[in-house]
Amino acid sequence: MSKGVLVDTTRCIGCRSCQIACKAWHDLEARYKPSNGTYTSPEKLSADCYTLIEFFDKKTGDQPSWKFVKEQCLHCQDPACASACPVGALKKTPEGPVIYDQWLCIGCRYCMLACPFQIPKYEWDTTNPWVQKCNFCASRVASDMAPACVKACPMDVMYFDDYDKIAQEAERRINNFPGKYVNHIYGFREAGGTSWMYIADRPFRKLGFNTDVSDKPYPALTWKPSLSKILWEEAGLLAVLGGILYLRNRRNHEEGKK
Amino acid sequence: MNGKGSEHYRFFTLRTWILLGLAVFGAIVALYRLAVGLGPATNLSDSTPWGLWIAFDVTTGVALAAGGFTVTFAAYVANWDKFKPIARAATLTAFLGYLLVVFGVFLDIGKPFAIWHPIFFWQPGSVMFEIVICISLYTLVLFLEFLPWLLNRLNVLTGVRDFLEKRSVLFTLVILGIMLSYGHQSSLGGLFLITPAKLHPLWYTQFIHHLFFLSAVCVGLSMVSCETIVSANMRNKEHETGILDGLARGTSIALLVYFLFRIGDLAIKGNLGAMFEGSLQSGLFLVEMGVGVVIPMLLLASKSIRASIPALLASHGMVIFGVVLNRFNVVFLTESNMGAAAYFPSWQEFAITVGLVSAGLFLYKLIVTYLPIFTPAEQKT
Repeated sequence: MSKGVLVDTTRCIGCRSCQIACKAWHDLEARYKPSNGTYTSPEKLSADCYTLIEFFDKKTGDQPSWKFVKEQCLHCQDPACASACPVGALKKTPEGPVIYDQWLCIGCRYCMLACPFQIPKYEWDTTNPWVQKCNFCASRVASDMAPACVKACPMDVMYFDDYDKIAQEAERRINNFPGKYVNHIYGFREAGGTSWMYIADRPFRKLGFNTDVSDKPYPALTWKPSLSKILWEEAGLLAVLGGILYLRNRRNHEEGKK
Repeated sequence: MNGKGSEHYRFFTLRTWILLGLAVFGAIVALYRLAVGLGPATNLSDSTPWGLWIAFDVTTGVALAAGGFTVTFAAYVANWDKFKPIARAATLTAFLGYLLVVFGVFLDIGKPFAIWHPIFFWQPGSVMFEIVICISLYTLVLFLEFLPWLLNRLNVLTGVRDFLEKRSVLFTLVILGIMLSYGHQSSLGGLFLITPAKLHPLWYTQFIHHLFFLSAVCVGLSMVSCETIVSANMRNKEHETGILDGLARGTSIALLVYFLFRIGDLAIKGNLGAMFEGSLQSGLFLVEMGVGVVIPMLLLASKSIRASIPALLASHGMVIFGVVLNRFNVVFLTESNMGAAAYFPSWQEFAITVGLVSAGLFLYKLIVTYLPIFTPAEQKT
């Protein structure tokens, strides 16, 4: 059964327990960098930071109101990165996680360009670099355990359950608390649907979400206009070339025979 | 090798030494890149995963080497006798070009020694997979077209040579080469079909792969023209005006097709206005289309321009400039929407790119000196 996570951004207090749990579970190096005017720390996802809480200094009415958004791979149902990879190093598993096989990867980094959410990051400073991103704690999820970040959260921000129940729960919360949420489940339609979804109390654009994301699955963008047709185009080209070759070389051939 | 060399000119001139020096320096920097990884050797980052090597050595390099399939089409498939004298030179340029592309890919990918993976681990839903397979096979095809000339010179494996020189084998290779070229020239544009929100609408279209193929045809012809002019200068030969005129007319027509396709596509989507919005992107687009397409298209359509060697060089130079700019625009405008970090190539990236180009020019000079590239008529293929 495919799993999913609903992130209720209104519940997050910005404690970053999820960041710590992620680092601990994946045995990733912690890095200490001085802040440069933002409370988001580290500032960006990177090869050794799969998830982080982005801090937004917002207002509700005229009251200051901090907003905290958890960033990580959204685990698309039909992932752009998996379709981009020339060797199938990125895969969507039946349980939901989009996982990476470092032994297959050649390091072309097309997944980094293809991802509409800019999630895959690269280990630039080694001679055997891997692509790195949140793996939805695939080994935990496969044995029906919640991901490390979900488990660590003190505010119950994340609801981990079967994929179908995630969207239902999101709808239930939006309907049960009129005025609390905007009527938009981010990830329900985005990129054709993602295993992680978000609900929020203000438009997602204002919380740093990419709202230019297409509602259609990304792999179709390369498959439909180009790849699906290439064999037919090649067959047509072969026929045309063969025709021209025959017509234009007929005379020479006859002359050659004489 | 046997000390005979060429009767026409000295092989080791100052320029040849400089090319060799740059190539050797590039090779040393390439070893450094392999030893330390991409991070220390390049200015690439998570917001600019593709840099100079992909934009120039690979994407542009493949386009510039397109003369191979366009000229072999004209000379063999369409059987235009006019183009037969340059078919070998165009094939050789393409072969060297693709060798450099393969080497450029080898250095650019994070795991160079996994470069063979796509041959065994297939993922047919990936544009990148298709490109890798087509480029590998096409490089092999070009090698097989090139091999008989080398075997002929060394006078070994004459059985293999005679087999590869059979008309049926040669024509099969040529047709395969054109099909494979179509496959990957277009797919290099197809890579960007998946980045609709990142690439500016003046470049993004669901037909971008067709545009890449058409512009490759244009620039392939321009490259062969420049090569024909420069190599005639180099060997102190008369310019082959008939061939140059034919290539120039072909380039002009190809540019017109490209122009109509691109402008037509923008017009249908109602995006024509975007080119006058006054942004950096609109400026780049106007330079790309104006200098790279419209001006050379009009110039090359004029008979008096086609008769003048300097004017031909200038016009074809503009086409080459336009396609280089186009490939850079597509790669870097896409990445400009991936984060704030600005990218400028490191000196190591420049050194390797310059080294690759120098190695190509050096090998070209070496091969045309010792192999029968410009005198195929005497060889009777």
